Amino acid sequence: MALLSKKDTNLILDPLADNNPITIQVLGICSALAITAELQASVVMAISVLFVLGVGNVVISLLRNIIPTKIRIIVQLIVVATLVIIVDQVLKAFAYELSKTLSVFVGLIITNCIIMGRFEAFALGNGPWKAFLDGIGNALGYGIILIVVGFFRELLGSGTLFGFKVFGDPVAKTGLYATGYENNGFMIIPPAALIVVGIIIWVQRSRNRALIEEN
Amino acid sequence: MSNKRLTFKKRLHILKHRYRGKKMAPAFNAFHTFLFSPDETTHTGSHIRAADDLKRTMNTVIMALIPVLLFSFFNTGYQHYSAINGFPENFSVMEHFLTWDNFWLGFVLVIPLVIVSYGVGLLIEFIFAVIKGHEVEEGYLVTGMLVPLIVPVDTPLWMLAVAVVFGVIIGKEVFGGTGMNILNPALTIRAFLFFAYPTWMSGDKVWVHGAVERAGTADAISGETILGYLAQNNTSEFSYSVSDMFFGFIPGSVGETSAFLILLGGLFLIFSKIASWRIMVSAVAGSLVMGLIFNGIVDLGWIGERSTFYGLMSFDFWKHLLVGGLAFGIVYMATDPVTGSQTNKGKWIYGFLIGFISVMIRVFNPAYPEGVFLAILLMNVFAPTIDHYVVKGNIRRRMKRLKQATIFPKSTDGKEEELKVETI
Repeated sequence: MALLSKKDTNLILDPLADNNPITIQVLGICSALAITAELQASVVMAISVLFVLGVGNVVISLLRNIIPTKIRIIVQLIVVATLVIIVDQVLKAFAYELSKTLSVFVGLIITNCIIMGRFEAFALGNGPWKAFLDGIGNALGYGIILIVVGFFRELLGSGTLFGFKVFGDPVAKTGLYATGYENNGFMIIPPAALIVVGIIIWVQRSRNRALIEEN
Repeated sequence: MSNKRLTFKKRLHILKHRYRGKKMAPAFNAFHTFLFSPDETTHTGSHIRAADDLKRTMNTVIMALIPVLLFSFFNTGYQHYSAINGFPENFSVMEHFLTWDNFWLGFVLVIPLVIVSYGVGLLIEFIFAVIKGHEVEEGYLVTGMLVPLIVPVDTPLWMLAVAVVFGVIIGKEVFGGTGMNILNPALTIRAFLFFAYPTWMSGDKVWVHGAVERAGTADAISGETILGYLAQNNTSEFSYSVSDMFFGFIPGSVGETSAFLILLGGLFLIFSKIASWRIMVSAVAGSLVMGLIFNGIVDLGWIGERSTFYGLMSFDFWKHLLVGGLAFGIVYMATDPVTGSQTNKGKWIYGFLIGFISVMIRVFNPAYPEGVFLAILLMNVFAPTIDHYVVKGNIRRRMKRLKQATIFPKSTDGKEEELKVETI
């Protein structure tokens, strides 16, 4: 890693595990619950947030010395909104069906706590290169959880991955379904995402006891 | 015989000591305590040895469940054969109900459910005891018996196994095991089954053995529950009499049908002081009040016969206790001492709301003709809040009383000075 110093590497790797925005900071939960019923939607959401957070962090970092403190939230909102609209338009142009599934949730990236959180906590106080790495790291940490949750929910709930029928056809009763297996309808509904995220949090904290909060 | 038992016990004791401090120790300890009273004595301080430990409590509940389980064998067979051959004209309990055929069919169908429930549940308990290094708790003994009684008889065994794994881990172990759980594990299992595999948990096919396999064929049989029938707003009389409903000769989940035996079990639990009579009485009251309100609405003419709710709203309020799982839920589930309210006043509120909400869900949401499990789970979540406010209210009342009774001692400079009362 000649390209990245050790400090820079940590900026990317920390949010992936020990400072994960979803499982440790418990931010951005709403979208994690809403769109993870299908793996494809999770991946697209993860990429969208990666774009918005990466670029947004750089923009805010560049502007950090000229934004008046009193109106910084408004400026941040404008930056996010601009980026989110770009993502939304691109999706509508190139993946119309998918943009209908994601519908309002792409727009709601604006209100994703992770994004405003990183702008406030990091981009306003660091240079553009560091801010970029931090944005990428946090978006990846968010994306990984989304994809893991989406993987289990789609596999167990619909028996598919990216729409591909993994276990056979549930209607024609082929493959695993011939043995009496049935899809788990519980995994389709949003509370299941809460439980899957909860299990990830549980496993992570029991493997690394330093992460358990005092209360 | 006694000699043999002693040696077995001795052998377990030796095994236990050999594995002391090792990872597998809790598993051996659990097996030992489950079968025998261990030989260990405490060496420090004095301890009172009471007979009514957790194991005794659990066993009492299981004893109260045994009649229900036996009845379910007969009813499973009776419902199956009646659906095929037609219901007997002059029904007599001895001739048509308590027959060997009925018993055997029910036995063959229900016992696997019991075995899967206990096998999977206790396996999870053992695994977690070994991981955490604590003793295996007896908490699953009752849950394991409740679970087969609250599912439809044709529930596939693998589904039950998956649900038990989910219910025991998410409903209990994540919170720290027996005594720490927020939700009743048996109802968590039931709720998981309901939302995961709704086609096996509701509708008019699952309640009688064989109805699912025969659906769509010339031999098709129907086994609709009374609630399912009413939810479809059929206003014509159904063929079950009140005594059928009371004694339980009706289709339904395995063990929920006989209000009579559940009543006996409830009385047994009350007199053995295992379950709270406050919760049972207030839950019955709650369901009656809600039923009366709905009957009143119908009597006032606010709801016409064409309304979707007419069927269930016009159902006599007291009959709600006889059909579905309301009676079973009130007696065996709502009274769970871990997940219910702890304070006496809290128990009244908790129980009343369970009955009230159960009937409300029944009537207002035809997709959930059985609202009892949802109502109890909801109130499980609220039980700590209810207790919190009951305790707080008590403190406030005592503070007030204390203030009224404040003593005014003469202080040295002759002025009266109020004695400051420290807050509790």
